[in-house]
Amino acid sequence: MEDLKKTPLNRVHRELGGRMVDFGGWDMPVQYSGVIAEHLRTREHSGLFDVSHMGEFWVEGEDAIEFVNRLTTNDVAKLVDGQAQYSALTRENGTVVDDLLVYRFDQGKLLLVVNASTTEKDWDWITSHLKDENITLTNVSADYCQIAVQGKDALEIVRKLTETNLDEIKYYHFTVGKVDGVDAIISRTGYTGEDGFEVYANKDYAEQLWNKFLEVGKFGDENGILPCGLAARNTLRLESAMSLYGHEISDEITPLEANLGWICKLNKGEFSGREALQKQKESGLKRKLVGFEMKDRGIARDDFDVYINDKKVGFVTSGSPAPFLKKNIGLAFVPNEFANIGQEIKIDVRGKHLAAEIVPTPFYKREK
Amino acid sequence: MANILENLRYSKDHEWVAVDGEKATIGITDYAQHSLGDVVYVELPKVGDKLAAHDAFGSVESVKAVSEIFTPISGEVLEVNESLNDAPEVVNNDSYGDAWMIKIKMDNTLEADALLSSAEYEEYLSNNE
Repeated sequence: MEDLKKTPLNRVHRELGGRMVDFGGWDMPVQYSGVIAEHLRTREHSGLFDVSHMGEFWVEGEDAIEFVNRLTTNDVAKLVDGQAQYSALTRENGTVVDDLLVYRFDQGKLLLVVNASTTEKDWDWITSHLKDENITLTNVSADYCQIAVQGKDALEIVRKLTETNLDEIKYYHFTVGKVDGVDAIISRTGYTGEDGFEVYANKDYAEQLWNKFLEVGKFGDENGILPCGLAARNTLRLESAMSLYGHEISDEITPLEANLGWICKLNKGEFSGREALQKQKESGLKRKLVGFEMKDRGIARDDFDVYINDKKVGFVTSGSPAPFLKKNIGLAFVPNEFANIGQEIKIDVRGKHLAAEIVPTPFYKREK
Repeated sequence: MANILENLRYSKDHEWVAVDGEKATIGITDYAQHSLGDVVYVELPKVGDKLAAHDAFGSVESVKAVSEIFTPISGEVLEVNESLNDAPEVVNNDSYGDAWMIKIKMDNTLEADALLSSAEYEEYLSNNE
């Protein structure tokens, strides 16, 4: 356990009774009170998540936009100051190095937020692709904490701690301001399918901010905020059909296959993977990511095989019970010709072929 | 600390056994339910199935994981707890009571005697933590 990396909130997680697990080399809480309670509280009120393990890189200099545009699939040039964008780093063959958020502070200053377990890989990838662009890259992953407040009540909770006008921050926008007197990046983003904020600050203030969110969120009250572990983070994102790196997208999967064509701006100019993605788009996808719902009793899990007409045709990328929807759901790759709503498929659950049906995604969509 | 009842026998796979003559009732321990987290699905055998000691007779699934359940003793399944189909969460709330899983007619009552006592199980748990 000594080798595991710790976020600045490690001690707090232990005090709160978090069940700690090794998550990609990080000592993280998988749950506190229970995954179902945490999941439901986030859907119905609010949940608090430590996502400080994620990586942050600054890209600064006059060529910042050009440089990031050359490595990512989405169009960085379309961003305005104070806007964030979901995107992917792709290899020449179109497969995914990582998915990420690109924040535009100004024309010469971008922040890239990447996954925890891929931070080093991403840093190597990005720095090795630097040519003669006039930019500075800084890896500040270890200096920042990131705390997510998610759910219907998130807006009012964060509002209690800041003078920043949060109503002016639209979804996938951000601003720099103070939260409980601490300099922070306040971003209206998240990974739960709910409204909410992700707050970035210097790691020295992590405990202060975390405890303050619990306090003003009335942790302990019947409908108060609940600290949520990685298990609830996963079921919440799965109900919302958001991709998880290493599952729906990976070194072997392209964004087009994973229904992420909307972040692939093939006409924006050259970028790593553009040609391969263009070719894949023109020749047609061989497989496609679909959502499914179990019809038979049983739970599909990650990597289970998918059968159609007794033939193995694909695999489950993520499968789980969905605590809010109270169904057993999953995402899976199937050949393109079978990727239709209503198509019956079979999931090999430990030797038993159980019936499931392809359904529209996201499984869950919040009312706005 | 996990709850352990004195009058039961235990396996190292975290099942409990209540012996009544030739009949044995089997379930999973408080420690097991706690490790699993929120239980959402329980799969059990059919009445009449013949089980050998250490066979997997079913599975318990939580949101996060699936875990097989093993019978520590051999015998024929007399009853299964059908109520767990609709209320699997009982495994979390009452693992030694309403969440019993199967009742079997033991082939050999000596197998039950060989299981851990509550004190031995408690020691086993403390050595594994």
